[in-house]
Amino acid sequence: MKKKVLAAFMVACMSLGMMACGGSGDTTADAPAADAGTADAGAAGTESAPAADAGAEDSAAGGTITIGFSQVGAESDWRTANSESMKSTFSKENGYELIFDDAQQKQENQIAAIRNFIQQEVDYIVLAPVTETGWDAVLQEAKDAGIPVIIVDRMVEVSDDSLFTAWVGSNFQLEGEKAAAWLDAYLTAAGRGEEEINIVDIQGTIGASAQIGRTNGLQAAVDAHDNWTLLAAETGEFTQAKGQEVMESLLKQYGDQIDVVYCENDNEAFGAIDAIEQAGYTVGLDGDMIVMSFDSTNAGLTDVLNTKISCNTECNPLHGPRVADIIQKLEAGGEVEKEQYVDEEIFAVDGTVATVNVDGVDYEVTVVTQDVIDARAY
Amino acid sequence: MKRTKKINSNTFLLMITIVLFAVMYIAGMIIFRENGFAKPQMFLNLFISNAGLIVIACGMTIVMITGGIDISVGSVTALVCMVMAYAMENKGMNAYVAVVIALAIGTLYGIVQGYLVAYLEIQPFIVTLAGMFFGRGMTAVVSTDMIAITNETFMAWAKCKIMMPFGSYNKNGEFQQAYIYPTVVIALVVVIVISIVLKYSKFGRKLYAIGGNAQSALMMGLDVKKTKMQAYVLDGFLAGLGGFLFCLNSCAGFVEQAKGLEMDAISAAVIGGTLLSGGVGTVIGSLFGVLIKGTITSLITTQGTLSSWWVRITLSALLCFFIVLQAVIASIKKKQAKN
Repeated sequence: MKKKVLAAFMVACMSLGMMACGGSGDTTADAPAADAGTADAGAAGTESAPAADAGAEDSAAGGTITIGFSQVGAESDWRTANSESMKSTFSKENGYELIFDDAQQKQENQIAAIRNFIQQEVDYIVLAPVTETGWDAVLQEAKDAGIPVIIVDRMVEVSDDSLFTAWVGSNFQLEGEKAAAWLDAYLTAAGRGEEEINIVDIQGTIGASAQIGRTNGLQAAVDAHDNWTLLAAETGEFTQAKGQEVMESLLKQYGDQIDVVYCENDNEAFGAIDAIEQAGYTVGLDGDMIVMSFDSTNAGLTDVLNTKISCNTECNPLHGPRVADIIQKLEAGGEVEKEQYVDEEIFAVDGTVATVNVDGVDYEVTVVTQDVIDARAY
Repeated sequence: MKRTKKINSNTFLLMITIVLFAVMYIAGMIIFRENGFAKPQMFLNLFISNAGLIVIACGMTIVMITGGIDISVGSVTALVCMVMAYAMENKGMNAYVAVVIALAIGTLYGIVQGYLVAYLEIQPFIVTLAGMFFGRGMTAVVSTDMIAITNETFMAWAKCKIMMPFGSYNKNGEFQQAYIYPTVVIALVVVIVISIVLKYSKFGRKLYAIGGNAQSALMMGLDVKKTKMQAYVLDGFLAGLGGFLFCLNSCAGFVEQAKGLEMDAISAAVIGGTLLSGGVGTVIGSLFGVLIKGTITSLITTQGTLSSWWVRITLSALLCFFIVLQAVIASIKKKQAKN
């Protein structure tokens, strides 16, 4: 019996081995001859026939632009919306072929994926980096292969700027400035322009570019207003639990002195609102405290609709169209700007403030209604 | 007669691994030939991307042959990367000194864990679990920032391409020479040296004897404790070296680096024919285990629409297959021994 089992194994191995040898002969032989040899595909077995067909179709189409996209992962709604935007923009119907790779939060996976894209000879590499650092060697390989690299979301730190063609992302500083401008405009309109205003800042994860930009935006506005005081700035690490914890301790410390709670993302705002309500205060424009937030996720805007969050500044994950724009320009042989920001809106609970002005540019404030939320892609 | 039997099961498992790898890769070459899978560079990329893991899997194989395990290697890698990055960037240290520190960290890890496992006879899983937490924690203590390495000597190593005498044509008809990085050479040298040591040296023989049956090895007059200790020290050293190679690939240090790398190393060893119970295993097998993992990843990336979590799912299926296979072999051997 056991001999039979062993024999069966051996036969299986041998036949596999023979298949392997035959296959290797075929492919290595026609590798240098490029894609010419479709004739011998038949010899390699039935499996390869459809593949060969697909290949023929691809080369016939000619015009398709192949894009390799290495995404960080799928850790948040924002990220998922970002991936979806890429997938829907670079669809077959639009004349693209997207090779999507989820790196599961690992830089080494992204490096391997980029190397893979280079060998696949994609036309463009789009990279949403897990980390800001460590890309020199692999981006150099892409450059040597003549493949343009477009970075989205986080910026990369490289020794040589020519290693990537363009960057698309959010302008966090502007987000912060817009939010502060809204607060200023609202307080003036509500007749509280001269009043003492005490603000607490629940910051994002310290060092994240979103935290730095949004904190700086607020700080600049506080410095510009004599009657604004920043009571405290503590990190809520972009999470609901930490946001609630920080808010609880701030309430113990300052109580009803607090006029404005500036949360650097929606999750922190949810936590902060819970803490405020549990402490017996009310939130909203007519309540004890005004809560401001960022990101404008679906849940965040729903809280605006429920008048809990008064102002929510968008962090737009829909990078696809802007990246497509860059690629079309490059395809036409044009030059592109190195750093490009996506357009981002600002949402408010009512229409008291119609537009906010930052550095001479007016940004329209959208009043949140159910229709607005439903119309959004994420 | 008995000895040839043991080697048979070694080579049998190894053969299956190699055949599996060849079949997978060649299937990939046929299916994805339009996507560059048949290019020599695609094959070399397997080594480039996994050089660190290959070395770490070698160390893992050594301790698994003794019947132990080491789950601290991922944290050691992160710690090594972080310390190197910190030493070179924030302390202005010479790159050569940083490498020595990296190897010293690994070796020190090996000495402490080896002592605890061999002389105090604590379960290796628990010892290295503590090592894993300690390593990750220390990495965060050194710095919670992401440190990019810009040291010129180090970057020169990281970017030093070794051109191969062959290559492929790209779609514009230009010839592109294939290349590897020095990390690949180091990894392959490690595999060759360790497999020679395991096969032909007294130390290697002792490892197999202890893993096969520690009791009888002791009765045969082998110094079980000392040999185990040596195995862990060698494993620690290789983890340090692997961490250095990993760092050459990622060029950065940060806390979250190399998470789960220990599991990749263990699965590579198991797929490569190393028995969890000890006594059987080769580093060549582990090399192919790593290459199989790399091939699956590469196939799924090339395919382009499958979720990359399928890598894990496929790996788990393969692991199951190999564990069942090992059990079958073990039971066959038992029956033969009875007869």
